Amino acid sequence: MTNKRPPSAELERIARTLRRHIITMTTRAGSGHPSSSVSMVEILVALFFGGILRHKPDQPDWPDRDRFILSKGHGCPGLYAVLAERGYFPVSWFPDLRQLGSPLEGHPNMTKAPGIEASTGSLGQGLSIGIGHALAARLEGRDYRTYVMIGDGESQQGQVWEAAMTASKYGLDNLTAICDFNHFQQTGRLEDVMPALEPLRHKWEAFGWYVMEIDGHNFNQIFAALDKVLGVKVKPQIIIARTVKGKGIRIIEEETAGNRKHGVPLTKEEADIALAELGE
Amino acid sequence: MHAKTTTDMERKLQFEVGPATRDAFGKALAELGREDPDLVVVDADVSNSTRTEYFAKEFPDRFFQVGIAESNLVGIASGLAACGKHTWIASFACFMMCNAFDQLRMSVAFPGLPVKVAGSHSGISIGEDGPSQMGIEDVALAAALPGFAVVVPADGPAARAATRGLHAWDGPGYLRLGRPKVPIVYSDESLLRDFAVGKAIQLRDGKDVTLVANGMLVATALQAAEALAGRSINARVLDCHTVKPIDEDSLERAARDTGALVVCEEHISSGGLGAAVAYALSSRHPAPIEYVNLGDTYAESGTPQALLEKYGLTVDHMLAGAERALNRKP
Repeated sequence: MTNKRPPSAELERIARTLRRHIITMTTRAGSGHPSSSVSMVEILVALFFGGILRHKPDQPDWPDRDRFILSKGHGCPGLYAVLAERGYFPVSWFPDLRQLGSPLEGHPNMTKAPGIEASTGSLGQGLSIGIGHALAARLEGRDYRTYVMIGDGESQQGQVWEAAMTASKYGLDNLTAICDFNHFQQTGRLEDVMPALEPLRHKWEAFGWYVMEIDGHNFNQIFAALDKVLGVKVKPQIIIARTVKGKGIRIIEEETAGNRKHGVPLTKEEADIALAELGE
Repeated sequence: MHAKTTTDMERKLQFEVGPATRDAFGKALAELGREDPDLVVVDADVSNSTRTEYFAKEFPDRFFQVGIAESNLVGIASGLAACGKHTWIASFACFMMCNAFDQLRMSVAFPGLPVKVAGSHSGISIGEDGPSQMGIEDVALAAALPGFAVVVPADGPAARAATRGLHAWDGPGYLRLGRPKVPIVYSDESLLRDFAVGKAIQLRDGKDVTLVANGMLVATALQAAEALAGRSINARVLDCHTVKPIDEDSLERAARDTGALVVCEEHISSGGLGAAVAYALSSRHPAPIEYVNLGDTYAESGTPQALLEKYGLTVDHMLAGAERALNRKP
């Protein structure tokens, strides 16, 4: 449990470390979704290292812990990276990512690795699960908060909006959604696949949520939003984080225009270049 | 209660008509609510059909209404269960299993969370509302979820026992319920004293053939057994209320003792009780098996009785099935 907020240089160093883990583990596995993982790295760092989440890595089932649910389960290399760096399990698990017997499956499995709050990978389900956690907190008089990371493409699922209605109905101010809006989904740009998702802000507002829009790679904006939601009463909150798919990995960022990198890891040669460019 | 009887006056065995299984479930759930402060119920706007309204009235703080949104219903139940809440959800069998199947797969079965799922209005006996409201594939879908127990109670008292049995069951489970009032098979409730998920109940002994049934067809099977007795055929009747895990021991004994079986259910032929019995016996003790079920079709609107006759779920169909099974005995 930590409440101290490290200096930004330290946070940026941790972000680079997570990106290195993500690239290394997915390239070694030969499959996985590095580009969907790196777009949410700064948010993960803020939550897990910025004093936002109240948690005890050595006691992952502590009843009063804040919950973080990764609804966009394909981004799990990012989750694995931050959980390991935070001490939930050793980084020595990474080389076995996606291998038979590894607790780190291709998508998150809550029964296998500590710190994983929900088994996800079929899109659209995490926010409903988060509502269950938030309602349980209310029933038991616990003051933990529940954070749910959803994707922009994932937001095309109807269940997300079923959940949006219910959270609003019950006034779940202990529930915060974060949308990793990285603009790309499997077959192309979100703006081409489903342009009607925008204006996303208005949709959430119409469903009764408190909405913020930020640059999802800017620590100041991320912390300002995560601090702000703590004071919101009655309404659930969503932080729409505008991000870059493949952020920080030049090879992916450049190729994301053609979207080759959804669910495609870097080759060994590309990974070496990316790691060199990232630095320590 | 009025001593009403089933309309089929030609049969010697008559039953008092009792509550629908959904009614008994609703009362049992409220009863469990008084015993278990961690019991919570989530509804998708059908609580006055599934009878979770009884619980809701008594325990409004532990009852959540999510609107007409079965997928969300299941997800919320998953989160509540992950936090240790003893969570029940209920809807029509068809909407519960068909609409929210992926959520049941991903948010409940895969992580093995002990959510209890009730599906009312199962089968064709809902009648006039027609095929869009009929859950006729629900048992197959529920049984296809690894780790799920699947229970289909025969009458009101059995539905109460099944609700309590599943509540205590250490894993996810599906409880199949019906809309109409049904004959009371368990007027002698001592037969339910040892009710256990996964343990069939022998309601009548016999040596010539076994009628294996669940749900409202258990009463029909007892009537068929009585009619067979008039033809000097001794039929055993097994209430195989649990489709998964199936009671292989009782089925093997039936196959050994009687040498032929007829499996009766208000469900399509794929993936239900018949399939489970055949799967079990093919490895344990192969024997001729005949089937009384809906086959591979949707039904239509009509009175429940007319539908049961047209779609082959009556005493006469069981008698014909028994005859086919007996003719196949070596």
